[in-house]
Amino acid sequence: MLQGINLACIRGDRELFKNINFSLEAGGLMQVHGPNGSGKTSLLRMLCGLSNPAAGEIHWCGTAIRSLDGDYFAAVTYIGHLSGTKDDLTVIENLCISSALAGFEISVDQASEALKYMGLSERESLPVKVLSQGQRRRVALARLLICKTPLWILDEPLVALDVMAVKLIQGLLEQHLQQGGLVVMTTHQEIEITTAPVMQLQLA
Amino acid sequence: MAINWFKYSSPASFYFLAGKMIPIFVFAAVILLIAGLYVGFFVAPTDFQQGEAYRIIFIHVPAAWMSMFLYVVMAFWAGIGLAFNTRLSSMFATAIAPTGAMFTFIALWTGALWGKPMWGTWWVWDARLTSELILLFLYIGFMSLQAAIDDPRRADKAGAIIALVGVVNIPIIYFSVQWWNTLHQGASVSINQAPSMATTMLMGMLIMVLASWMYSIAVILKRARVIILERESHTAWVAELRKKGAEQ
Amino acid sequence: MFGWIIKRDLLLAMRRQSDVLTTLFFFIIVVSLFPLSVGPEMNMLRTMAPGVVWVAALLASMLSLGRMFSNDYLDGTLEQMLLSPQSLSLLVLGKALAHWLVTGVPLVLMAPILGIQYDLPAEALYVLTTTLLLGTPVLSLIGSIGAALTLGLRGGGVLVSLLVLPLYIPVLIFGAGAVEANMAGVGFNAHLSLIGAFLLVSLVFAPWATASSLRVSLE
Repeated sequence: MLQGINLACIRGDRELFKNINFSLEAGGLMQVHGPNGSGKTSLLRMLCGLSNPAAGEIHWCGTAIRSLDGDYFAAVTYIGHLSGTKDDLTVIENLCISSALAGFEISVDQASEALKYMGLSERESLPVKVLSQGQRRRVALARLLICKTPLWILDEPLVALDVMAVKLIQGLLEQHLQQGGLVVMTTHQEIEITTAPVMQLQLA
Repeated sequence: MAINWFKYSSPASFYFLAGKMIPIFVFAAVILLIAGLYVGFFVAPTDFQQGEAYRIIFIHVPAAWMSMFLYVVMAFWAGIGLAFNTRLSSMFATAIAPTGAMFTFIALWTGALWGKPMWGTWWVWDARLTSELILLFLYIGFMSLQAAIDDPRRADKAGAIIALVGVVNIPIIYFSVQWWNTLHQGASVSINQAPSMATTMLMGMLIMVLASWMYSIAVILKRARVIILERESHTAWVAELRKKGAEQ
Repeated sequence: MFGWIIKRDLLLAMRRQSDVLTTLFFFIIVVSLFPLSVGPEMNMLRTMAPGVVWVAALLASMLSLGRMFSNDYLDGTLEQMLLSPQSLSLLVLGKALAHWLVTGVPLVLMAPILGIQYDLPAEALYVLTTTLLLGTPVLSLIGSIGAALTLGLRGGGVLVSLLVLPLYIPVLIFGAGAVEANMAGVGFNAHLSLIGAFLLVSLVFAPWATASSLRVSLE
C-alpha cells in the first residue's frame, strides 16, 4: 500500500538520510527509530506529502503521491509535534473545526462522544489554553476517533501522555490495524502491539 | 540516472563552461564600451535644443532598458526553476538580481543628473522615472526575500513566486503610473517628445546597449559561478577544486 | 469547508478583539497625524484627504498581514490545512476573506467619519467609501501572498512591507484618483471599474499564488 523508494533528505548542506526503502501493507505498523536529528520528522513530513524528498519516490497503492494530491490527503491523518489546536477555541470547537477541515463534518454529539472516550468530557467547553500538555495531546489525538482514514502518520503521539492515555492509544492503534489500517509512527516510548506485525525502520 | 545528472553534475559542468566564457564577454564589453563612449562623447553632434547635457542618454537609456529586460529574464529563469525544479536556472535568477538593481539605480541616478539642467530639478514625477523607482523596489524585495531565507531551495522557490507576481504586475503598475502622470502633470516638459535622433546618436546608443549586455552576461556568469561554489561546497568536485587551489 | 474556515477565523477574531481594534486605531491615528504635520488649512486638507486616507488604509491592512498565517503556523493548524483534501486555494480565499471582514470592513466603515475631519463634501465621502469597499479586499488578497512567503522568517514584518507595498500601488492610484476626480467634477466610474477589475484578477490569481507560497514555506 505505502511504499518508499530510495528516499533521501537533505537539510541545508547535510544529508540526513539516503536510500531508504520500505513497503508497508494493509494492517501493518512501521516504527521509525533514530537519534535526535536523524530525520525522523522529516521522513514523516515527506510521507504526508508536506515536503518533497531530495531523491526517490513515495507510492500509495502503486501511484506516486505527487500525482495523487488531494486524493492522497483524503487517505492520511497526520498528527505532528505541534498539536494543531487553537488556544482561544474550546476543546469541542477545536475538534469540530479540525475534523471539518480534514473533510469530516461531525455533529456536536459525535464530538462529545470522542472527547468522552479520550477522558476530556468535563473539559469540553474550556478553552485549550487552560489545558495541560497531556490534555492538549489528547485533544489532538481525538481526531483519530473521527477521521477514519486508512493511513495514520503519528509523530511522537505518546509524548506527555499518562499511563492510562498510552493504554487508550494502544487500543486505538490495535483496532485500526485490525480493520486493515496502516500506521507509521515515531516514539521514544515502548509500545506493545500484539495483534499485528511491527516493522522497524532505523535511521542512522 | 537522468535526474541525478540534472541535479548534481549540471552545475559542475556549467561552472567550467562559464569559466571559459567569461573572458570573451569581458573583452567584448570593454571594446564595445570604449567604442560606444567614443561615439557618444566625441562623434555624435551636439543637440541643438539640449546642448551637451543630452549626452548622458548614452548611459541613461541603455541602463533603463537593461533594468527592465533583466527583470523579465530573471523572472523567466526563476519560473523555469520553480516549474522544472532545475537548480541552475534558479541560481541564474539569483545572480541576475543585483545587476538588474544596479542598472535600475544607474538609470534613476543619471535621470536625476539629466533632469537638473533640463527641468531645473533633480527629480520630476515623470511616469518613466516613477516606474523605474517602483522597479527598484521590486528588485530590492526579491533580493531581501532571498537573503532572509536560510534554506537555498526555499529561497529559490519563494523568490520565483515573488518575481512572477512582479512580472504580472509590472504592466499594471506601469499603466497606472502612466495614467496617474497624465492626470497630474500640467504644462511641464515631457521626455516623450524627444526630437528625432541623428543616426550617429542612435549608433552610439546601440553600441552602448550591446556593451551593457556583454557586461551583464560576464558579471552574471561570474556571480553564478560563485553561487554554485557556495551551494555545492559539500560535493566531491568542489573539494577537488579546493585541493588543486591549495597545491598551487 | 470554505464556510468553516471563515467561521473559524471570525470566531478567533471575536475572542481576540484587541487585535482588530489595534488595526482600526492605527488607521485613525495615522489619518489624524497629517493635519498636525502640515497645518489645519482646510483647502489643503481637502485635496490631501483621499491620498491620506488611502495610504493609511494601505498601511493598516499591511500591518495586520502578519497575523493572517503566522498564528496558525506556530500552533500547527496551518500544517493541517495543507493536508486537507479540499483545495488549498479555496481555503486561502476563505482566510483572505476573513482577514478582510476583520480588518478591511472596519476601515471602510470608519473612512467617512475621518473624511469629515478633512471637510470632504458628502458626495466625495460616498466615493471614498465605495473605493475602499472595492479596494480593501484587493489589499487582503495581494497581501496574503506576501504573508505566506515571509512565514517564519526573521524580520518578516518589515520584509512583507517591502514585498507587498509596491504591488499595492495601482489600487492606491485609482482609489485616491476616483475621489479626486469626483471632487474635480469629473466622472469616476472608470476608476471604479478598474478597481473592480483588479479585484477580479486578484480573486483569480492571488489565492493560487498564496497556496503555492504556503507549500514552499512549510516544506
